[in-house]
Amino acid sequence: MSTTNEKRQEYRALFKNNVKKRLLVDKLVHIVIFAFVIIAIIPLGSILVEVFKNGITAISYEFLTATPGSIGSGDGGIGPAIQGTLIIIGLASLIGVPIGVMSGIFLSEYGDNRLARNIRFFNDVFMEFPSIVLGIFAFLVIVLILGHFSVWAGAFALSLIMFPIVARTTEESLKMVPMTYREAGTALGLKKWVITFRIVISAAKSGMITGILLSVSRIGGETAPLIMTILGSSQFFSSMDVPMDALPLRIWRLSLLPYESSQLQGWGAALVLIFIIIGINLAIRYHFGNGNAMISRLIKQRMPTKR
Amino acid sequence: MEKNTGAYRKQSVRSDKIFKLAATIAGSFVLVIIALMVFQLFSESYPIWESDGLSFIIGTDWNAVEGRESFGALPYIAGTLVTAALAMAIGVPLSIGIAMFISDAPAKIGGPLGFLVELLAAVPSIIYGLWGLLVFRLYFQDWVERPLHDLFGDSIFLFSGTPFGLDIITASVILAIMIIPTVSSVSREIMKAVPQQQREAAYMLGATKWEMFKLAVFPYSKTGLIGASILGLGRAVGETMAVTMLIGNATGISAFPSSFFKPSQTMSSIIANEFVEASPASLHLPALIGIALILLLIAMVINVVAHILVTRMMKVKEGAINN
Repeated sequence: MSTTNEKRQEYRALFKNNVKKRLLVDKLVHIVIFAFVIIAIIPLGSILVEVFKNGITAISYEFLTATPGSIGSGDGGIGPAIQGTLIIIGLASLIGVPIGVMSGIFLSEYGDNRLARNIRFFNDVFMEFPSIVLGIFAFLVIVLILGHFSVWAGAFALSLIMFPIVARTTEESLKMVPMTYREAGTALGLKKWVITFRIVISAAKSGMITGILLSVSRIGGETAPLIMTILGSSQFFSSMDVPMDALPLRIWRLSLLPYESSQLQGWGAALVLIFIIIGINLAIRYHFGNGNAMISRLIKQRMPTKR
Repeated sequence: MEKNTGAYRKQSVRSDKIFKLAATIAGSFVLVIIALMVFQLFSESYPIWESDGLSFIIGTDWNAVEGRESFGALPYIAGTLVTAALAMAIGVPLSIGIAMFISDAPAKIGGPLGFLVELLAAVPSIIYGLWGLLVFRLYFQDWVERPLHDLFGDSIFLFSGTPFGLDIITASVILAIMIIPTVSSVSREIMKAVPQQQREAAYMLGATKWEMFKLAVFPYSKTGLIGASILGLGRAVGETMAVTMLIGNATGISAFPSSFFKPSQTMSSIIANEFVEASPASLHLPALIGIALILLLIAMVINVVAHILVTRMMKVKEGAINN
C-alpha cells in the first residue's frame, strides 16, 4: 500500500515537472511568435509614417501639376509623372484585360482538358516571372524594332504582368457561379457565348472587378519594366513614340539625387503613388470582400474542376 | 419550320465555335509568350554565347569600355543567390511564425492582422527602395552594422568591409521584408488546410499549443510550407528596384559577395543600372540580355518546383476532405 502511495507521489512529481517544462516551452514559443508579428508590422508602420510625414510637406497644387524644375532646385513638380502613370495603366488595361478575361473564360468554361491544365500551371508560373525580364522582352520586340522608345512598349510590358492575374481571378469567379445558371441558359436555347457573357459574367462581376483592380494596383508601382521601355521624361505626354514619365520612374530618379529638396520631392511622389495603390486595395477590401486573400489563394491553389 | 431550326443550329454552332476558338487563343497566349520570350532572349544574346561561350557564366570581369570589352556574369549570379538565400534565412522563420499566429488567432484579430501583412505586399518595390535608402539604411547602419563590424570585423571575414549601409546585408534584409507577405499568406492558407480533427486529436492527447503545431500541423503541411518558401525565393530572385537602390552597385570581381558589408550587384540590378546605356552594336547589350536569360531560367525553375510542391499539398487536402 505504501509503495503505491510513494509511487503515486513520484508520478505526480514527474508529471508536474513535465507539465511545467512543457508549459514553459509553450509560453516561450508564444512570446517569440508574438515578437515575429511585431517585427513584421514595424516596417509597414514605418513606411506609411515616413511616406506620409515627409510626403505631405512636398504636396502642393504646383507640385501635383507642374513639370519638374531644374535638377536640385526643388522647384517644379510631378505633373508629367502622374499623367504618365494614368496613361500607362489605361493602355496596359486595354491590352491586358481582354486577354485576361478571355483566358479566364477558357480556363473556366473549357478548362477540363490537358491543354487547360498546362495553361493554368504556366499562368501561375508566369505570374511570378521577374518583371525586369518582361521589360527586356518588350524592349526586344517593340523598342528595338521601332528604333525608338515607345509608350506602347511600356504598356505591353505591364499588360504581360496584368493578364495572368486577371485570368486566374476571372477563372475563380466564374467557377463560383452555380452550374444551374448555365443549365437554365441552355434550357432557354441560348448559345454558349451568350450564356457566358450575359449570365455567367454578370453573376461573377464583382470577383472579376476585384481581380482587375488588384492587377492595376500591382502594375501601378512597377518600375523595372518601364526603365527600358518608356525611359522617363520631364515633359507632358505628346506622342506615343517619345519617352514618357511615370511615378515610379520619377521616384527612382529623385531618390538617387544627392539634394535634400529632390529627396523631399521623391517622398511627395511616393505619397501620391501609395495613396493610389493602398486606396485601390482598401476599396477592394470594403466593397468586394477580401481581395488580397483571394490573390494569395490563387497564387498557390489550383482547384480541381468539379463538374 | 424545320429549315429554320436547322439554320439556327448551324449558326449557333458556328458562333460558339468562334467563341471557343477566341477563348482558346487567349488562353494559349501565355504559352506563346513564354516560348517567344525564351527564344527572343536567346537569339538576341547569341553574340555573347558565340564569343565567350561558357566563360560568360563563370567569368568575373566586367568591362564595357570599347576595345577592352569583357563580360563575366558570375559575380552577379552569386550576388543574386546570396542575397536571396540570406533573405530566406531571415524571412522564412518570421513568415511561418506569423502564419502560425494568424491561423490560430481568433478571426477578430487574425483577419485584420492578415490584411495588414498583405498590405505589405501591395506596397510597390520602389517605395521599399526609397524607404530603405533614406530611412532604414541609416538606422541599420548605426544599430546593427557598426556594432557587428566593431565586434567581429577583424576576426571573421563575413563582417569585414565598410559598414556603410549600401551592401549585401541591407539589401537582403529589405528583400526579407518584401517576401514576408508572400510566404506568410501562402503558409497560412496551407496551415488552414490541415483538417481540424488533426488539431483536436493533438489537443485531446494533452498537447500544448506548440506541441499541437509540432504534432499535427507541421508534419501535415511540410511540403506546402517548403513550397511557400520557394515561392518567396522566386520573388526574391526576381526583385529589382529595392535591391538596385541598396546593394551598392559594384561591378566586376569586386561585386563578388564575400562579406556582409560589401557592395555587390545582382543580375536584376545590373540590368536596371546598365541596360539603357548599353549600345546594341557592342557585346554589352547581348551580355545584359544573356544575364536576363539566366535570370529567367533560374526564376522559372524555382517557380515550377514551388508550384508543384504547393499543388501536391493542396491535392492531399482535397483527398483528406473527400474521405
